[in-house]
Amino acid sequence: MGNALLEIKGLKKAYGEHLVLDGLDLAVDRGEVVVIGPSGCGKSTLLRCVNALEDIQGGEVRLNGELVRRDGKNISQMRQKIGMVFQSYDLFPHKTILENILLAPLKVQKRPRPEAEGEALELLARVGLADRRDDYPRQLSGGQKQRVAIVRALIMHPEILLLDEITAALDPEMVHEVLQVVLGLARSGSTMLIVTHEMAFARAIADRVVFLEDGHIVEESREPKAFFDRPATERARQFLRTFEY
Amino acid sequence: MDVEVMRSYLPLYRDALLLTLRIGWQGVLLALFIGVVCAVILHLRLPVLRQITAAYIEFFRNTPLLVQLFFLYFALPKLGVRVGAALCGVLGLGLLGGAYMAETIRGGLESIASIQSESAQSLGMTRMQAFRYVILPQAVSRSVPGLVANVIFLLKETSVFSTISLMDLMFTAKDLIGMYAKTLECLTLLVVFYLIMLLPVSVLGSLVERRLRHAEFGP
Repeated sequence: MGNALLEIKGLKKAYGEHLVLDGLDLAVDRGEVVVIGPSGCGKSTLLRCVNALEDIQGGEVRLNGELVRRDGKNISQMRQKIGMVFQSYDLFPHKTILENILLAPLKVQKRPRPEAEGEALELLARVGLADRRDDYPRQLSGGQKQRVAIVRALIMHPEILLLDEITAALDPEMVHEVLQVVLGLARSGSTMLIVTHEMAFARAIADRVVFLEDGHIVEESREPKAFFDRPATERARQFLRTFEY
Repeated sequence: MDVEVMRSYLPLYRDALLLTLRIGWQGVLLALFIGVVCAVILHLRLPVLRQITAAYIEFFRNTPLLVQLFFLYFALPKLGVRVGAALCGVLGLGLLGGAYMAETIRGGLESIASIQSESAQSLGMTRMQAFRYVILPQAVSRSVPGLVANVIFLLKETSVFSTISLMDLMFTAKDLIGMYAKTLECLTLLVVFYLIMLLPVSVLGSLVERRLRHAEFGP
């Protein structure tokens, strides 16, 4: 436990009176950890706390043993190591695809442009969008935008990637193209903390499943196949049943 | 209408136009500068500065430019501060316009969803970098229609400069009417010259708007 890549201990997050995360513990070493659970259970809030986008009311988040704190002096460095992709892509609409990807490498990491651009084009090619480099986000479909958002996070060489319901806003066919990209990343050895409602995908990609409800981990399994077929808790069973017709 | 008389007035109107434009543009630039600074202060909620800025905006939005100019030109000398008429014009326009520009740009800033800043920060940008590279450029391009309207409004407001003896278009027209009583000719020229000054601003404004909004909204 002591040398996990990402370590979350006693994490508490409340919006006013409403407690969203209630002393949550989770350690991620490597591989793919998938977090599932009903709406409002705190999944997205968990990811936002890991990236210190939220003030927390208790507990701590550590990456390689270093504290990730919203008001920490090194928060910019820490966030470079924690890539994040949002449900609504959130590309920068005033910049071309290439400039979207290059903004942080150039301005934050101060990398030389030719080198960063070379990598950006390589990554774009990997997600099948090399020919869209000079387009603006508005000219792309949702699935394409989401693939660009993934590239934009990858180019920073994060040690862990947080995916926050990245297919929730997409049409079914686009879901597929985006998840293919994520599966490719998993095969190449990335470490990811994934929040999703796509159970088939969760099953395919997970090394570990975490079932969250009311800010607690209700069930956790390192054998996703077994979890999806025969969850141990009644609550998880009920939840998984809602995906069947 | 006596066209010959109008022709003979042309050089006077031309000089007046140039003076109006010179002071007008300096005032507009000052207003834009003040506006951006104030909007940034309000948006980032900088303590103390924020209250001062809010007071400034309310003060200048709720007093007429005419009164502000009178104060600068006639009242300040009583306090021992002597300000030339041209500088009064620039200052008055800049201070009044700054209040309007600030509100317009602040509206633009607030229209940008906070997740834009969060996604920039999640890439390792500081809050200031996110503001500078992601929020501000989008806010400015969204504010352009309002900013252009403000510029036109300010340039029209220059007509009160005549009251502090600046020889602007309005002053020239009134002066000529007073001397030669060619009212129709003088006022026709006045209208024409204001249009000559402002129509290009409108056209230029929509060009700038199209150019700046191209990325986000398409052709």
